[in-house]
Amino acid sequence: MKQLLRFFLKRSTWSIPYAIFLVGFVVLPLILIFLYAFQDAEGNFTLANFSKFISSPEAANTFVYSIGIAIVTTVLCILLGYPAAYILSNSELCRSKVMVVLFILPMWINILVRTLATVALFDFLRLPLGEGALIFGMVYNFLPFMIYPIYNVMQKMDHSYIEAAQDLGANPMTVFRKVVVPLSMPGVMSGVMMVFMPTISTFAISELLTMNNIKLFGTTIQENINNGMWNYGAALSLIMLVIIFATELFSDGDGDRASNEGGII
Amino acid sequence: MKKFFAQAYLWFLLAMLYAPILIIAIFSFTEAKVLGNWTGFSTKLYTSLFSGGVHHSLLSAIENTLIIAIVAAALSTILGSIAAVGIHNLYGRKKAVINTLNNIPMLNPDIITGISLFLLFVSLGITQGYATVILAHITFCTPYVVLCVMPRLQQMNPNIYEAALDLGATPWQALRKVIIPEIKPGMISGFILAFTLSIDDFAVTIFTIGTEGLETLSTYIYADARKGGLTPELRPLSTIIFVTVLILLIVINVRSQRAAKRKEATR
Repeated sequence: MKQLLRFFLKRSTWSIPYAIFLVGFVVLPLILIFLYAFQDAEGNFTLANFSKFISSPEAANTFVYSIGIAIVTTVLCILLGYPAAYILSNSELCRSKVMVVLFILPMWINILVRTLATVALFDFLRLPLGEGALIFGMVYNFLPFMIYPIYNVMQKMDHSYIEAAQDLGANPMTVFRKVVVPLSMPGVMSGVMMVFMPTISTFAISELLTMNNIKLFGTTIQENINNGMWNYGAALSLIMLVIIFATELFSDGDGDRASNEGGII
Repeated sequence: MKKFFAQAYLWFLLAMLYAPILIIAIFSFTEAKVLGNWTGFSTKLYTSLFSGGVHHSLLSAIENTLIIAIVAAALSTILGSIAAVGIHNLYGRKKAVINTLNNIPMLNPDIITGISLFLLFVSLGITQGYATVILAHITFCTPYVVLCVMPRLQQMNPNIYEAALDLGATPWQALRKVIIPEIKPGMISGFILAFTLSIDDFAVTIFTIGTEGLETLSTYIYADARKGGLTPELRPLSTIIFVTVLILLIVINVRSQRAAKRKEATR
């Protein structure tokens, strides 16, 4: 009895409920995706789900197209967001902290409300919905997620490096290329993670922005799950997981996303 | 000159980011069913948003969203805080494993979290509804709570807890009087973060909400937009959400800046 009490009082014991929770709601569900992906509707082992994906031009095309859209969005976000983050973190160019808040604010508004607003803007300007609206909407939705991590890294950057480079005779262009850019790379990498990953996996946004004309990979997965094709849907999810895992390896993702978001409050 | 261009660029980006929401806000003050038609100033949409009646389903969707967010945020704050204390006192491989597991929900895209939980619930034969949505939200909120509480525990002097025990406090008293006050700021920011994450969520919710007619704000907007015509009442609602978030964030930031200044002044 006393031993039992001591076991419960030991503070490391307190991680056990959460450990059980994680196994039940994180590990087990992911294993289920894996199991479903390699089974047919009767539960027999099969690779048919994957061969169906490779042989059906529609799904494979959507897949390639989605990666394309995600890359375009990510590149546009870097091009637009990097200068903004640079200006925001530079005290000579921008003094107001309210400006930073204004750039971060959209992150806190429901993504569907933001998408709805984009649709409203295109309606208002009498512009057609379609590929242009899709890319605009994606950039509009995810730009803050690119600016914030880069801004964060740049703000913590040690300015004596920049001064040292200047003292050693580097011109502003060289300082920027050889000092600022390399030092801000971790921010860009976590920005890429935070933009690329959601753009490749969104589903509702593309439907709303293109009046259902353009389908992204996320939509294909959702439709299959909704129509009861769980095994095929699971296989497609597994393919998406592989892509994301590859991106994570590429950008050396270490869960920075969380600390970035947590830092806002 | 350089500063002028820099400022101009920032304002250009802000204009792009805020144009859509501004248009919604402006057209929330007119009655026209179709956005873009100005039929004179009116606050009718605001009153009809809250009067219920025809748009009862929208109101109940807002209510569901808030209930789910409060319950999920409260439960994940409790679960996450207890877990953080536990993880903080773990060492070696156990700690590494649980930290890795804790990262998975944050790194996984929402759609994968949603589908994996959907498969879990259907293979266990659980009917989806309120409970499953809340469980799903706890799953992706708790890791953030753990991450908010953890730094507070690391900053804490471990001897204080031991000292309390040596001075005759029961472990329960030591927890209440020593550990909880120390980690409280982390718990509060964890709760706020969990709350906003839950309100914002769409992808996980739609896979775990079931087919019994339960709607949250996100799924309501989605279903509404798919039908073609957007409910005009969504305009005042978006405006209210936007203004609330704006005020909240500015207040929080001004307060934290003031606190930082005060800290510097006392130094």
